[in-house]
Amino acid sequence: MKLARAMFGATALAAAATTAATAAELTIATVNNSDMIIMQELSSQFEEASGHTLNWVVLEENVLRQRVTTDIATGGGSFDVITIGAYEAPIWGAQDWLAQLDDLGDAYDYDDIFEPVRNGLSANGSLYAVPFYAESSFTFYRTDLFEMAGIEAPDEQITYDEFAEIVAKVHDPDNGVFGTCQRGKAGWGENMAFVGPLVNAFGGRWFDMDWNPTIDSPEWKAALTYYVDLMHSYGPPGAESNGHNENRALFADGKCATWVDATSAAGYIYNPAESSVSDTTGFFQAPKQVTDKGTGWFWAWALAIPASSKQVDAAKEFLSWSTSKEYVALVGETKGWVAAPPGTRASTYANPAYTEAAPFAETVLNSILAANPADATRDPVPYTGVQFVAIPEFQGIGNYVGQQVAAALAGQQSVDEALANSQQFAVREMTKAGYIE
Amino acid sequence: MARSVTTSRKTMTTLFAGTLGLLIFFPVLWIVILSFKSEGDAIKAPLEVLFSTGWTAESYSAVQARSDYPKHFLNSVVIAFGSTLLGLLIAIPAAWAMAFVPAKRTKHVLMWMLSTKMLPPVGVLIPIYLIYRDLGILDSRIGLVFVLMMINLPIIIWMLFTYFREIPGEVLEAARMDGASLREEIIHVLAPMAIPGMASTALLNIILAWNEAFWTLNLTSAKAAPLTAFIASYSSPEGLFYAKLSAASVMAIAPILVLGWFSQKQLVRGLTFGAVK
Repeated sequence: MKLARAMFGATALAAAATTAATAAELTIATVNNSDMIIMQELSSQFEEASGHTLNWVVLEENVLRQRVTTDIATGGGSFDVITIGAYEAPIWGAQDWLAQLDDLGDAYDYDDIFEPVRNGLSANGSLYAVPFYAESSFTFYRTDLFEMAGIEAPDEQITYDEFAEIVAKVHDPDNGVFGTCQRGKAGWGENMAFVGPLVNAFGGRWFDMDWNPTIDSPEWKAALTYYVDLMHSYGPPGAESNGHNENRALFADGKCATWVDATSAAGYIYNPAESSVSDTTGFFQAPKQVTDKGTGWFWAWALAIPASSKQVDAAKEFLSWSTSKEYVALVGETKGWVAAPPGTRASTYANPAYTEAAPFAETVLNSILAANPADATRDPVPYTGVQFVAIPEFQGIGNYVGQQVAAALAGQQSVDEALANSQQFAVREMTKAGYIE
Repeated sequence: MARSVTTSRKTMTTLFAGTLGLLIFFPVLWIVILSFKSEGDAIKAPLEVLFSTGWTAESYSAVQARSDYPKHFLNSVVIAFGSTLLGLLIAIPAAWAMAFVPAKRTKHVLMWMLSTKMLPPVGVLIPIYLIYRDLGILDSRIGLVFVLMMINLPIIIWMLFTYFREIPGEVLEAARMDGASLREEIIHVLAPMAIPGMASTALLNIILAWNEAFWTLNLTSAKAAPLTAFIASYSSPEGLFYAKLSAASVMAIAPILVLGWFSQKQLVRGLTFGAVK
């Protein structure tokens, strides 16, 4: 680790030598989560070494998306570095809204970044954002409850039918433990992040090869019926208002026996200071059903440079620093290895210090490597993305379908009505956008 | 003759008013409670939150350590007071003209001004953003002072117009006959009589500008961001920040709450000005 520190120092000094004469003031727009907070805390080291000054703009995810979109579309140039997700990176890159990032140098070691992650942030063969951390989804479960119920933790990927059988056995509401907690709050990044891969597992897809929406298909019906029945039978009350945060708190508080959600939450659940189930939590792959394709989602938070930035070179220096191998080592050494940004670099997973501190590392790695946004459905599709469709229109469609699904979960309408409304909306939007006539 | 009120009726009315007051104040109270809880406790069910034993001020110290509160606070003060002052400078002569020398279409002008408030702000976001980009006033206090003055101007003019109309025109006429110029008439005669109305207009606009979150979030990034951006930085769909978000909210609303508390008499007096002749 001393070597890593020395290398980090050398890189920083080299950066300082080349840029001392042109110290810049960079404005960085980012989201509020624990990994970004750590980056903000450690960034003073970059400032000292490079001579650049960093101004931070921290905003809620949706506000940030709207704010950054306005600025980029109008060429405002308010930001030099922005935090974007795997959904925006290829779309914005293809529109030339972002600077290309293929030239960060050999020392950056592009080959160390996992291929699915790199692909997810590229458009037309160029990289438009560099990954800060990446995640897939897997199943959190309570080892103590499984043991009491005499259930063996699955070694291989189980089906959702088998999952429902397990959930039924560990469901014990009288003692305050619900069989399963899944996202119910409406939104393309909330309930649809779970429902999307579930639909993939049941053989469904958002669009056929001609971009016709297929939300009223039998596969969607089977998936949604399963979801609503599962949550009504074994979920906590009011599940339609539970998003990632609410379920995370419920699971950490010992109220859920199983939870299929982001691998990045593992660090929190494993932290005894924040979780009462840190030593009784295990993991297995997100279940499959008629297919194992697209059953675990793929998401990455990445850093990019808007094409309107006037300080692209200085911004690239910051990106090279904050997404480097050396930065991962710096976080590991100063904040503890369990807090190191997961899911982006092979070197992180080859490091025994990390794999020892994070027992979930291997399962996370397998889930991320298995998530292939370019081949996430049983039947062929014209789009990429596991839990989302990488087209600008998806945000609106995904949010609408999310509302319909939440209404079905709340019992305000039937599954059939939710699917019919969603199909109608998707057809209208896709027609309006010119995909279909 | 005053109506006689029975004790039971008094009690009922007091109870009703108290309950209503508590209901209106409850969200603020809840934010204060959450801000003194740990993140783990803050997200629990409401009753569990109330009866959880851990009370801590750690969220306040975390927010202080991570954010530059004084900078955001100063920006809010400059923007709220600046836009109100600028608004009053423009609105007082405008309202005077409409109240005391109305033209044929004054009423139409007033209605037109009010109609601009019916336009959703997002409808003019891109044009204003482009103008600000070209003028180089994106992320600047002067840019925010100007835009907030513009969006609140119809309200300021309308309120002042209503107050000015209650003042007898004869008083101003008398001043004019005594040789007062227009400036003297407004400053020495009209203003002292309309002070309650002007004060409540100013206070209401300071509160509106302080709480404005669309333009202040969309036109700022790092330098001119006021307290609304400070609060927004603690909102997150992934990660537990309820306690810190609550602490940031308390720190943001506290100054305006204190200002409102001390000026409530003036505010109520101004808002009911002219209600009883």
